[in-house]
Amino acid sequence: MEPGEIHALLGENGAGKSTLMNVLYGLYQPDEGEILVDGKPLKLKGPSDAIGAGIGMVHQHFMLVPVFTVTENIMLGAEQIRGGIAGFLDRRRARREVTEVSERYNLRVDPDAVIEDLPVGIQQRVEIVKALTRDVDLLILDEPTAVLTPQETEELLTVMRSLKAAGKSIVFITHKLGEVKAIADRITVIRRGKTVGTASPEASRDELAALMVGRNVRLTVDKTPATPGEPVLEVAGLVVDDDRQIRAVDGVDLTVRAGEVLGVAGVQGNGQTELIEAIMGLRPALAGTISLAGDRINGWKPKRVLRAGVGYVPEDRSVDGLIKEFSVAENLVLDIYDRPPFGAGLALKPDAIAASAKERIEQFDVRTSSADAAVGTLSGGNQQKVIVARELSRPLKLLIAAQPTRGVDVGSIEFIHSQVIRERDIGTAVLVVSSELDEVIGLADRIAVMYRGRIIGIVGPDTPREEIGLLMAGIGPDAAHDAIAAPAADKPGAATAVDKPAAADGGPASDAGSASEDEA
Amino acid sequence: MSTMAVPDIAVAPVDEGFWTRSRKVGLTLLALGLLSAVLFGALATDQQARFTLSDDAAGAALEINGTIGAILFGIITIAAGAALLAGVPKRWFLPVLGVGLVAFVLSFLCWQVSAAPTGQNFMPLVNIIRGTFILALPLIFGALAGVLCERSGVVNVAIEGQLLMGAFSGALFGSISGSVWVGLVAAAIGGAFISLLLAVFAIRYLVDQVVMGIVLNLLAVGVTGFLYERLMQTDAAKYNSAPRFSNWEIPLLKDIPVLGPALFRGNIFLYLGLLLVLVIHIGLFRTRWGLRTRSVGEHPIAADTLGVKVLRVRYRNVLLAGVVAGIGGASYTLALYSFTKNMIGGKGFIALAALIFGRWNPTGALLAALFFGFADQLATYLGAINSVIPSQFLAMLPYLATILAVAGLVGRVRAPAADGKPYIKG
Repeated sequence: MEPGEIHALLGENGAGKSTLMNVLYGLYQPDEGEILVDGKPLKLKGPSDAIGAGIGMVHQHFMLVPVFTVTENIMLGAEQIRGGIAGFLDRRRARREVTEVSERYNLRVDPDAVIEDLPVGIQQRVEIVKALTRDVDLLILDEPTAVLTPQETEELLTVMRSLKAAGKSIVFITHKLGEVKAIADRITVIRRGKTVGTASPEASRDELAALMVGRNVRLTVDKTPATPGEPVLEVAGLVVDDDRQIRAVDGVDLTVRAGEVLGVAGVQGNGQTELIEAIMGLRPALAGTISLAGDRINGWKPKRVLRAGVGYVPEDRSVDGLIKEFSVAENLVLDIYDRPPFGAGLALKPDAIAASAKERIEQFDVRTSSADAAVGTLSGGNQQKVIVARELSRPLKLLIAAQPTRGVDVGSIEFIHSQVIRERDIGTAVLVVSSELDEVIGLADRIAVMYRGRIIGIVGPDTPREEIGLLMAGIGPDAAHDAIAAPAADKPGAATAVDKPAAADGGPASDAGSASEDEA
Repeated sequence: MSTMAVPDIAVAPVDEGFWTRSRKVGLTLLALGLLSAVLFGALATDQQARFTLSDDAAGAALEINGTIGAILFGIITIAAGAALLAGVPKRWFLPVLGVGLVAFVLSFLCWQVSAAPTGQNFMPLVNIIRGTFILALPLIFGALAGVLCERSGVVNVAIEGQLLMGAFSGALFGSISGSVWVGLVAAAIGGAFISLLLAVFAIRYLVDQVVMGIVLNLLAVGVTGFLYERLMQTDAAKYNSAPRFSNWEIPLLKDIPVLGPALFRGNIFLYLGLLLVLVIHIGLFRTRWGLRTRSVGEHPIAADTLGVKVLRVRYRNVLLAGVVAGIGGASYTLALYSFTKNMIGGKGFIALAALIFGRWNPTGALLAALFFGFADQLATYLGAINSVIPSQFLAMLPYLATILAVAGLVGRVRAPAADGKPYIKG
């Protein structure tokens, strides 16, 4: 690392980027090797040593105490003290320091705000201020853009540039090629725990992607224009609360037709999870109707919804999709274990289950030591393939896939995407929800953007990313009644509601493909 | 810097509708008020209900006609309930609720005192207040032990065991040495010993903290019971006759009417308990130790990334909790009684209830402990005047109040986020 340099660390999920940085930050101990700072070897026993050596880190999951104020979070571990041994906190001095630093680097934060009341973009700002008050020279940003809207990402890049101008070095960990090319001075690519190459930002996306995965991957989703049929899923006026009894879905209308993919885009936490859980019967709908192929399914139990021909890939496979301690074979029949040929009366039919498992494992390319291995021992991508294999093994009317490729390697992403499109092509209605905008653009024939529990606009997949980004931030034609004073709302044609399927817009793979490159 | 103002993404405000918590509480209060005005009013007699400002029937007293008093205080409760129902500013919620509840209790007392057998129509306030504090004392120490422990993220169900061990070792070593101070130190060490076991198993070996706490309670009962029978009872004069702290009168404060004789002629434990509430409250919210303790109890990983030694903080706090609870146990054996088998008798669990009722807050815990202590003292008093209310009902009060607290009647009760979750590095 050079002073005043932005160094991107690029690699797939699980390539070892975060582990490397956690070692650098003193959280993990290295088994071998050494760290050199200004030519001198550095031994880090813990994060305080790292901070002492001028290294700061903004973690992927923010390290902020939700019930503390901004100032309390920033002073923690490096408290300003008065009153000698009693150690009374000097809040006034700490506050002043926070204000100073945030003004110096133009990172506005309210020192007295409580963290849990702040949006993620601001929380991240607090994290950066926290590092800066500790006088760091090297700032590690671990996947900082994962939770941000495109506009917030843009702001973050601006902040990074100004930090660089102030002489700070930044390590920027990501798997998004677009951002790397936009900001990095130098790129190091990591694969399976090894440095596989360095590149300059001028390198093409394809070259970088090839370095990351070790082979040439197709970055586009191949698909033909959709041929939508009858409406399969119709949602009207749906209202759903989240676990805290706060309105999460606030009057959503949408229709998914047979043979099309409707993608739902949006920053996480805008009601996507609750929308899907309501459709699946996992969460009560407080108002509105949900109908599946003409039947009203409000209030149905999840089992009945599944049996009615709905496939469901839940957003968090470790919580909802799999029983980790169960074997691959068992997980493959979780939905129909009590039905012939897998079950009869009280008994299971192990032979039938094993035979079917063997078939699915082959068909869906699940890499496992055996069908009897516990699912928890598989890699993320292969776990996801088990879920997809299970859900696609039934005749479906509707497939709901939430974050279908979260935490999944590039090879598996490709495979899962192709399976989703194949399902569409045999006439299933598909609803894809993803916080990866590129994934939505790549898969969807129509894109519905959710913001604060509402569908704020429905656009075609050939809509420019910036427009979708604005919608994701709540700025769009429908924003006026959301009582948002949006300075950009008057931007002409930010998004036009497109009710017709994408085929009418002539948005084939070429358009979608160019935007989905970042996905790697 | 920013190229475009992006409106902050926040959660849509909750639409509670008409029935806010304040209104629901108001309605409950209104119902209580009606009950007291009508029922207590009807049952009370025309006797004067006297609240004497002394230890007995003598001296000055506040007097009110029983029936009138019961109805009058009932109406005050109704008024408080109606105010909440009509909607008061948020900061008025607690004061109004407090007034309503106190009036309800007074209405009840007017009935009880006036309906007591002739000649006993009085309530000695000094006696009641002193009794409340004495009965609350082990709860205060116990709840503070809970605060120290749980604020750093370790569930402390072992309060009962810590109190018991403190009481036992205080009695034993106090007797042997003949010194109250040795007894006090031994009590602190005894409590800390139970804490040490809790800390090691919960923090080092990641044993479920609730299960561990229960096991430690049983262990304390077993060990002290065994030693009581096999050691103390063999020579009670030598092993179970600890010297006692004499009462200390605090100059000036002791002359305050009612409160002076009730509180400031007490023993060291009372002063120490109240002082600890203050010290821990300030410590928790104003000092570096407190900030780190709370951060470790809320988000240990975050604290770790800032160089806070999570495990060390937890060990220290759990041990401190043992010291505090141990001293609380000694408030029995070095001031009031000699040691008997299982003498804490569930107070540790009520202390746990006080901790939750007081929302993991030292001051809240103090108020909860006093409330429970008052219920306890009232039960004794009602027994003495042959009340129709079975004392068992009042004994249920702490648990009932805790259930209501946890159910959210007194506001959202939120434990430290990492309470009970072991911290595994890496």
